[in-house]
Amino acid sequence: VNLQHKEEEVKTQRSESSEKPKEKEKSQFEELRSLKMGIRFILMVNKQGQTRLAQYYEWLTLEERRALEGEIVRKCLARNDQQCSFVEHRNYKIVYRRYASLFFMVGVDDDENELAILEFIHLLVETMDKHFGNVCELDIMFHLEKAHFMLEEMVMNGCIVETSKANILSPIQLMDKAH
Amino acid sequence: MEQLKTIGRELAMGSQGGFGQSKEFLDLVKSIGEARSKAEEDRIVLSEIDILKRRLLEPDVPKRKMKEYIIRLVYIEMLGHDASFGYIHAVKMTHDDNLLLKRTGYLAVTLFLNEDHDLIILIVNTIQKDLRSDNYLVVCAALNAICRLINEETIPAVLPQVVELLNHQKEAVRKKAIMALHRFHRKSPSSVSHLISNFRKRLCDNDPGVMGATLCPLFDLISEDVNSYKDLVSSFVSILKQVTERRLPKSYDYHSMPAPFIQIKLLKILALLGSGDKNASEIMSMVLGDLFRKCDSSTNIGNAILYECIRCISCILPNPKLLEAAADAISKFLKSDSHNLKYMGIDGLGRLIKISPDIAEQHQLAVIDCLEDPDDTLKRKTFELLYKMTKSSNVEVIVDRMIDYMISINDNHYKTEIASRCVELAEQFAPSNQWFIQIMNKVFEHAGDLVNIKVAHNLMRLIAEGFGEDDDDADSKLRLSAVESYLQLISEPKLPSLFLQVISWVLGEYGTADGKYSASYISGKLCDVADAYSSDETVKGYAVSALMKIYAFEIASGRKVDVLPECQSLIEELLASHSTDLQQRAYELQALLALDARAVETIIPLDASCEDIEVDKELSFLNGYIQQAIESGSQPYISERERLGMFETTDYHSQDHHEVPSHALRFEAYELPKPSVPPQASTELVPVPEPSYYSESHQPISTSLVSERESSEIKLRLDGVKQKWGRPSYQSTTSASSTTQQAPNGTTSHSDAGVGSSSSKPRSSYEPKKPEIDPEKQRLAASLFGGSSSSRTDKKSSSSGHKSAKGTVNKPATIPKEIPTPVQPPPDLLDLGEPTATTISTMDPFKELEGLMDSSSQDGGSTDVMGLYSDTAPVATTTSVDSLLSELSDSSKGNSHTYQSQTSKGPNTKEALEKDALVRQMGVNPTSQNPTLFKDLLG
Repeated sequence: VNLQHKEEEVKTQRSESSEKPKEKEKSQFEELRSLKMGIRFILMVNKQGQTRLAQYYEWLTLEERRALEGEIVRKCLARNDQQCSFVEHRNYKIVYRRYASLFFMVGVDDDENELAILEFIHLLVETMDKHFGNVCELDIMFHLEKAHFMLEEMVMNGCIVETSKANILSPIQLMDKAH
Repeated sequence: MEQLKTIGRELAMGSQGGFGQSKEFLDLVKSIGEARSKAEEDRIVLSEIDILKRRLLEPDVPKRKMKEYIIRLVYIEMLGHDASFGYIHAVKMTHDDNLLLKRTGYLAVTLFLNEDHDLIILIVNTIQKDLRSDNYLVVCAALNAICRLINEETIPAVLPQVVELLNHQKEAVRKKAIMALHRFHRKSPSSVSHLISNFRKRLCDNDPGVMGATLCPLFDLISEDVNSYKDLVSSFVSILKQVTERRLPKSYDYHSMPAPFIQIKLLKILALLGSGDKNASEIMSMVLGDLFRKCDSSTNIGNAILYECIRCISCILPNPKLLEAAADAISKFLKSDSHNLKYMGIDGLGRLIKISPDIAEQHQLAVIDCLEDPDDTLKRKTFELLYKMTKSSNVEVIVDRMIDYMISINDNHYKTEIASRCVELAEQFAPSNQWFIQIMNKVFEHAGDLVNIKVAHNLMRLIAEGFGEDDDDADSKLRLSAVESYLQLISEPKLPSLFLQVISWVLGEYGTADGKYSASYISGKLCDVADAYSSDETVKGYAVSALMKIYAFEIASGRKVDVLPECQSLIEELLASHSTDLQQRAYELQALLALDARAVETIIPLDASCEDIEVDKELSFLNGYIQQAIESGSQPYISERERLGMFETTDYHSQDHHEVPSHALRFEAYELPKPSVPPQASTELVPVPEPSYYSESHQPISTSLVSERESSEIKLRLDGVKQKWGRPSYQSTTSASSTTQQAPNGTTSHSDAGVGSSSSKPRSSYEPKKPEIDPEKQRLAASLFGGSSSSRTDKKSSSSGHKSAKGTVNKPATIPKEIPTPVQPPPDLLDLGEPTATTISTMDPFKELEGLMDSSSQDGGSTDVMGLYSDTAPVATTTSVDSLLSELSDSSKGNSHTYQSQTSKGPNTKEALEKDALVRQMGVNPTSQNPTLFKDLLG
């Protein structure tokens, strides 16, 4: 019996066992890709790394969210003002922008227009500013639900669906009126 | 500040809480806001959980109170703790008649639950009811919830109502209904396949919001099936045209750009439709050209649209004029000081380079600056570009760079990616075998745990089979160089397991082949490996097999074998190993050492790893033995199935046929026999080991099948490359780059005046660099961009041609536009809305202080304010935003500057004071732990 094949055997055995998880990972990745979510999440986190608002457009468990937020915040806080407002993280691209103490971070797919997302963040802040007047971190904390309502008007299914401030704010104003 | 405090205190005397929330909620927000560490925050949240658990159990909680509890639950989950104890209360709140409470309930539920949660079923009924509501805001709330909560099974429960709502009189409802349908399409395309026409219909909706939203599902549909939507090309083009001609309501303007987000979506769609379609590309080329002309490249949003145009052009069939416009836009991006724009420029370059490969050359220095930038994001983007422009002439420089970078980073995700790119480029463009081996060594050494195992097998096969034609001499040289490099590397501490396997295998096969190294030297090294990585069984297995081969070759060639003492002890250790695999290898090695030369040579022939192994699947050579055993009274073999009592009469052959195509070891075979073997079977000679041995023995065949296929997939393409390859001489490269170097810089200074006014300071630091560009950098540029020497000359001329053309084009276009901006101080956005801002500020605090929520007056106030705002806003924002952006894009100005400007702004201080007072009365003190809580975000 030729003993040489032993070697080969081990090789294939290993390659097959290691290929399986690889394939799985890939298919999962492709699945995410095919979803074409556009925006995957929107986070507002302050300089201390405390989350002030979190909206995910794909389901992540509490633990996954916690880990993801920690990693992203660490990454973004380590960057300076000169550097790009974009960071790659795993298979997300994070577009972030800082306003005073608060970081606005938007996780997007790879083929999203980063500059446009950057401006989308600004539109969001302008909209909140229009509603709250000189919006600050505390406004968002005290009116968490309103900040969410604005986002609900602006983004659905991970897509930007409304960019007119008047249209975004009108349901919120109407609700305020009713109370 | 002192004054501020006293005012605050005075105001604080009045009431209990602002914003109409309870003291308890305010305290919670306050303490979370002031928490200094995650640990402190966690403590606060944990005690909050305790409180809420008790509160939610209390009978008759007032509704407003309950709403607050729900928000507190949202806080708990947002801060990373489980609030599932309160989910049911959020679900209940969706039933409420009050719109605000209902919407809060829906919001909480969408934040808490995923679409497969058990509680969803309790909400579907409410959603159905709400979809029928007369109040369109209720309908909208339900549609929002549908987009988050409905899964494949529940789609039919709401689908008919959603379809009906597509024609609702309120545009907000139509918009959300179309998005609900979009969601259904994503979740289960078949559920809405009969409703696709609705998307087309809604594209023509009177309301621009509905039209804009409809672009989202259409984008999905078109990317799935382009050809069915070709008829819409002219519609999309005409919509885009109307948008750019400002036919949409002013409220869609953003920073004086008409509906930019809709424009971008349209451009994405056009890119899909125009890809590979000459006709469609021609239809859209007009509007694309207009966009390039119209887009204001001094604002971020203008650049965002320009970038989307570049992307679109890189997808459709190129038109020379558009290509030129795109190239111009890219060069503006690259010359900008903003890292964001550089990033977009590099990305654009990577897209356009497929169509016009020359485009990168005129930007070589900019590209190298980006490559050497400390900013990781920019660096990676540049590596992506280099990866796309790799050819055989620059592969060495690029891959070297990539590897240096790969070594320097810790991020495993990206390390894996860049390692596989290095391997791919090395396999495709390797100029020489030695270089290839070197590169692979580096990749394995630094990212060995991350690369695919196939890469290792490829490398082994490559070394075994040699490159190219039957040049045995070259092959053995290659092997020798591999062996030498491995002997050098082998003593490095902590090599990745996969790399050690390759090393052991190569040393076993070829370590002594050349006669340069003695068997005892190689075997000593192999023992060291087995010793140093004693916990890694695979490596040990490889090492032992390598030892076996070394000794076998020695024996076969008639030399006397002295087994080193450390080898002897290794073998003895493995003979008693818990791993049966290692044990077997050790026994085999031991047995082999006792054999004579002729037998050893047949067992392990020299350099025969590429030879096919013939396997006698029938094990016919045992027939005589079996016959003898049966004759002497043994029972014949009963197949495993029969033993298990499964009376399918499949004989071994057909079973065998099943196994072969699977290419896999049958793992079951190892496990099953143990429990199932009946007691009398244990006396038999054959049964238990047979199945496993059997599947094992035909394994090599499948392996060779696999390997053959692989090798055809990923194979070195070396033919002809070696001759072409030649390091460019330094003389010519420097001259080439020095001429080109001046050129881009010359243009930089022109467009500098254009790009940003405020940026003169940083640019000046850039310009002086010009005359003395690092020769290192020049050389790099030359080796990256300078192709073969023949093309270098035309490159020079072409780039200078580009340059001069650009200089003339850029200057007149950009300069006049930009000049006014510089002088303006960076005003706050809100300053421009001054009148409105003051009205807000004078009204709000009064309301708040005069106590609790006088709703009627508040309403009046807020609507007033809104009205005022919308009147004044458009004019105000246009100017203010420009300056804000120019300030932002000038990244050298830090935030400190912005903060200062905040304190100096007139009306805002007043408002800030009032807000401060309001918050103080709730007990939050801006001078305490977290003063930033008060900072005006846009300030």
